[in-house]
Amino acid sequence: MIEVESITFAYPSAKPIFMDFSWRIERGETWAVLGPSGCGKSTLLYLLAGLQFPQSGEIRIDGNPLTRPRPQTGLILQDYGLLPWATVRQNAELGLKIRGFYGPDGTHAPSQIDWDNNVTPWLERLGIEAVADQYPSQISGGQRQRTAIARTLVLHPDLLLMDEPFSSLDAPTREGLQALILQLQVENHLTLVIVTHSIEEAAFMGKKILLLTQPPIQQATLIENPEAGSEPYRRSEAYLILCESLRAALERG
Amino acid sequence: MKRQLDLFLTLLVLILIWQLSAWLVNRPILPAPLTVWIAFLREARDDLPAHFAASLWRVLASTALAIATAAPAGLILGQSKRLNSLFSPLIYLLYPIPKVVFVPLVLLFLGLGDAPKILIIYLILFFQILVLVRDQAAALRPELLLSVRSLGAGRRALFRFVYLPASLPAILTALRQSVGTAVAVLYVAELYATQRGLGYYIYINGSTFFDYPAMYVGILAMSLLGVGLYSGVDYLEKRLCKWK
Repeated sequence: MIEVESITFAYPSAKPIFMDFSWRIERGETWAVLGPSGCGKSTLLYLLAGLQFPQSGEIRIDGNPLTRPRPQTGLILQDYGLLPWATVRQNAELGLKIRGFYGPDGTHAPSQIDWDNNVTPWLERLGIEAVADQYPSQISGGQRQRTAIARTLVLHPDLLLMDEPFSSLDAPTREGLQALILQLQVENHLTLVIVTHSIEEAAFMGKKILLLTQPPIQQATLIENPEAGSEPYRRSEAYLILCESLRAALERG
Repeated sequence: MKRQLDLFLTLLVLILIWQLSAWLVNRPILPAPLTVWIAFLREARDDLPAHFAASLWRVLASTALAIATAAPAGLILGQSKRLNSLFSPLIYLLYPIPKVVFVPLVLLFLGLGDAPKILIIYLILFFQILVLVRDQAAALRPELLLSVRSLGAGRRALFRFVYLPASLPAILTALRQSVGTAVAVLYVAELYATQRGLGYYIYINGSTFFDYPAMYVGILAMSLLGVGLYSGVDYLEKRLCKWK
């Protein structure tokens, strides 16, 4: 589904982050991208989102070269990206309003007009209906991230990209949202790529883990983790062993 | 409610101080509040409303003009690093110049009528709004812009859904900061080349007719204009920026 083919990417006047790097993601997979700060994992996500472009090589999604953000790709960032002047409901409606603004043009919005315009079921599903009329500054971090998730999922994406989405949340909120995202991923047949610096998060969420080290990155380690995602797994021996080996791999660099 | 009561009590204290000062000074150049109030009622049926309207019109026209030009310019500069670095030295030099010193110059160039008065207030408001809107637009977090872009927003939608609403509080803050200066400069501008406006009214009653109560009526009217504009901005900010 997603083919990253020998891309090279560098920010202006900096040394390359990716050099001739390739990667392949199949539809419906759950990937965690793990690496230390500054290794380029967020950049990789922005490349998949069509917000940055490689200097050479190509990224294709469903066979189409990525030249701008796809309407079917959802992106969720650590700092939520909510409009401070809009209520939870208005924030959740933002993507729909943008689609309405352009109409079904195929570039900013999908060309067929079958998207639903009702955010209420999503606010209910994410448990933020009670705060629908409040502003982002009035709600908790977890509720803000739920708002960002509702805003993205109401657009019915097929690919969900998340950049450190839970790292500013406390542990119980974080674990609750991790489980919720995995449920939503199954319910909505999403392909999920989550970027994290947390070993535990990668080990719990990623059925496949891409381990990045220091740039320039040519090849990355790929770890299969098929048991990931269930609550019992979080307390299993296998999980602890995986965390330990991921930690050792990160320390080796 | 508490705030209104506080404001009312403060007003009473100010009037009381004025009354006491009038007794102490005991000269025609400081009439008592009641004398001024009677003069106010008399003038309000005479030509005071026309002078008030002239001044109000000049402030409102220049405000509308300043918002209509400075807000878009600020948004464009705030979005474009290149344009901003091109213009920011110019703005840096022009912004701190006290625009009131241009009053005689503008009068020489534009002559009689409303245009020079409107222009001079416009200049003050323009720079204030320009700088605040520009900084507000430039300070929008890249994460916010990225995530809105990921929802499908191109340049036009970013403008409509992010930059435009983000500039509103900056415009109101700019107005709040500069409305006092604007009225002060209006007074100076109305001293010259006009026979309408509260500035003229204060000046002519004070230094030509020696009608001190009427001069105080003018001062009172100009104060009301300032307070009215300020609380108008305050009201708009509360209505439009509930999220703050």
